[in-house]
Amino acid sequence: MGILEVKDVGKRFGGLQALGDVNLSVKENTVHAIIGPNGAGKSTLLNCLVGKLIPDTGSVMFDGQSVLGRSPHEINQMGISRVFQTPEIFGDLSVMENMMIPCFAKRDGSFRMRAIENTMREKDVVEKAEAMLVDMNMADKRHMNAASMSRGDKRRLEIGMCLAQEPRLLLLDEPTAGMARADTNNTIDLLKQISDERDITIAIIEHDMHVVFSLAQRITVLAQGTPLVEDNPENIKGHPKVREAYLGETAA
Amino acid sequence: MLGLNNKDTKLLIAVAVLTLLAPFILNPFPADSAMAQFNAGYPDLMQRFVIFGIFAIGFNILFGLTGYLSFGHAAFLGIGSYAAVWIFKLFTYNVVPAIALAVIMAGLFSVVIGYVSLRRSGIYFSILTLAFAQMSFALAYSVLSNPKFNLTNGETGLQVYSGDLQMFHRDSLPDLPHLFGLSMRSTYNLDLGAWSFSFNAGYYLCAIVLMLVFYLSIRIFRSPFGLMLRAIKSNQTRMSYTGLNPRPHTLAAFVISGMYAGLAGGLMAAMDPLAGAERMQWTASGEVVLMTILGGTGTLIGPVLGAGFIKYFENIFSKINDSILHEWFAFLPDGLENFMVFIVHPFIGKGWHLTLGILFMLVVIFLPGGLVEGGQRIGKWIKNRGKAKDSGATTEPAE
Ligand SMILES: Nc1ncnc2c1ncn2[C@@H]1O[C@H](COP(=O)(O)OP(=O)(O)O)[C@@H](O)[C@H]1O
Ligand SMILES: [Mg+2]
Repeated sequence: MGILEVKDVGKRFGGLQALGDVNLSVKENTVHAIIGPNGAGKSTLLNCLVGKLIPDTGSVMFDGQSVLGRSPHEINQMGISRVFQTPEIFGDLSVMENMMIPCFAKRDGSFRMRAIENTMREKDVVEKAEAMLVDMNMADKRHMNAASMSRGDKRRLEIGMCLAQEPRLLLLDEPTAGMARADTNNTIDLLKQISDERDITIAIIEHDMHVVFSLAQRITVLAQGTPLVEDNPENIKGHPKVREAYLGETAA
Repeated sequence: MLGLNNKDTKLLIAVAVLTLLAPFILNPFPADSAMAQFNAGYPDLMQRFVIFGIFAIGFNILFGLTGYLSFGHAAFLGIGSYAAVWIFKLFTYNVVPAIALAVIMAGLFSVVIGYVSLRRSGIYFSILTLAFAQMSFALAYSVLSNPKFNLTNGETGLQVYSGDLQMFHRDSLPDLPHLFGLSMRSTYNLDLGAWSFSFNAGYYLCAIVLMLVFYLSIRIFRSPFGLMLRAIKSNQTRMSYTGLNPRPHTLAAFVISGMYAGLAGGLMAAMDPLAGAERMQWTASGEVVLMTILGGTGTLIGPVLGAGFIKYFENIFSKINDSILHEWFAFLPDGLENFMVFIVHPFIGKGWHLTLGILFMLVVIFLPGGLVEGGQRIGKWIKNRGKAKDSGATTEPAE
């Protein structure tokens, strides 16, 4: 029994069957990659896990509890954090403030009225956010406006913000898309370090095979909304169906 | 001090000094001089500065922090005024229960209106608040004013009549709003040579309330709640996916700002015991938007400056008439004098809104951060100029 169990999930957009009977089981404390050609339904699947979309059929269980019908913030509070394809951070706020917000969310839940207290005197949150910034190697940027950072740094910050919530499952949607090689390698190293050092399960959607094969212990290949195969990286590399799916993509 | 950092403490002290010394500061010209028309130290004008300052401070907690632009906040101000006048009519002229009920009623209404309006964001939210405010206006202006059930007294406005119940009124108390016997109208006039200064009880009550709610707004800005509100303005998607529910946060901000508006409305009635529907009209809602933007959206002091600025110039410009203009331009040859009066005429008196519109456009185009940004630029310019002169020979005092 995995920490995340997806059963027979289907999702239709008008006439397009974006997902049809997806079954997926992600084991605790592993890195599980979901790959597939463009338009295969990877992002749609991920959106069904975090409450952005509600699947038409099937069930999604996280740690034995259904996530269907819950709103994004409730699912997040259950222990699922998500990194977006383009970094979603609080652009108008400082890097430190960005990091403090998930710390508050972790400590105080989805809403707690603390309108008189002084933010900078919440010692536990300030210390945790500072430590997280050190971990993410961006302590020197703490006063910077988050929007003014490079894309690689924004990605790092976003990952750090997710980790500050101590999630049990971290979902990443093409975290290296549009990144230069050096930034991609940094991100791979960061994710490796995270999965080695923390009690965390990572599910990653990725296009870049280099990233997938450097990180994943388990790979699901998705094509046209249905899983083709699920196996370990060695077997996936040589699998005829996978090559076909990718060859099909290049031929199109 | 008071749980604030140095910069905020200085700001609070500055506001306290300015409001407490306002009768002096706003009356710089001798009472008989030609410049006396630019004086603003009259009790009723000073009261308006402060009351609209309170209104704008509250509005800024919603608009400045969360970015949700309400076009209906005057409704809460009007509700506050009606509630206060009803206390005067039924129970007592004491302003404390009147102001308390004004805040509570505005709070209750803003829970309902906020709950519905906040189901949408952006322009749809603004339109919903506008619709609610116009409904409130219609209710106050006609629907709730009929012989069988007269809650608002329609066009005439709600006021206190000699036949009213006034259960706790005693003859020893003033026959006007008072604070435990101290009439809001009581004024001490200080004449110093050619100058004259008025110290009005009502103004000082408003000023003290302003200081309290300004302090509260600083605390809110610096609190985790304030941080969450700014997070909502910055990126609601990230907010939700960080496990935070934007809805109750925005609703709380909406209700707080509604209560500030109710407080302003209650104080307005406490200064002058009547309440009219025009207070709830959309133009009144628009005015607080202008005040906030003009002063500096999302800054602490901006809304107060914007409110003072608009109310001051409204008073000055709307008072000027053609004969004053002729006096000003008397030094010109006759033809030119008439021409100048002709040119300036549309911008004064009732045409003051034209002037306001132009001022507003200039500020938005050249100072998007409002008067606060203007102040900062001037401050920087003075500092740099000082540095250029000294060329580093002397050390500048820190801050
Ligand atoms: N909100 C939507 N409405 C309509 N069609 C959508 C929507 N989201 C995705 N799709 C379609 O569903 C298919 C799968 O998309 P997506 O999950 O984004 O693929 P991937 O992330 O694997 O590239 C695509 O054909 C896409 O056009
Ligand atoms: Mg995608």
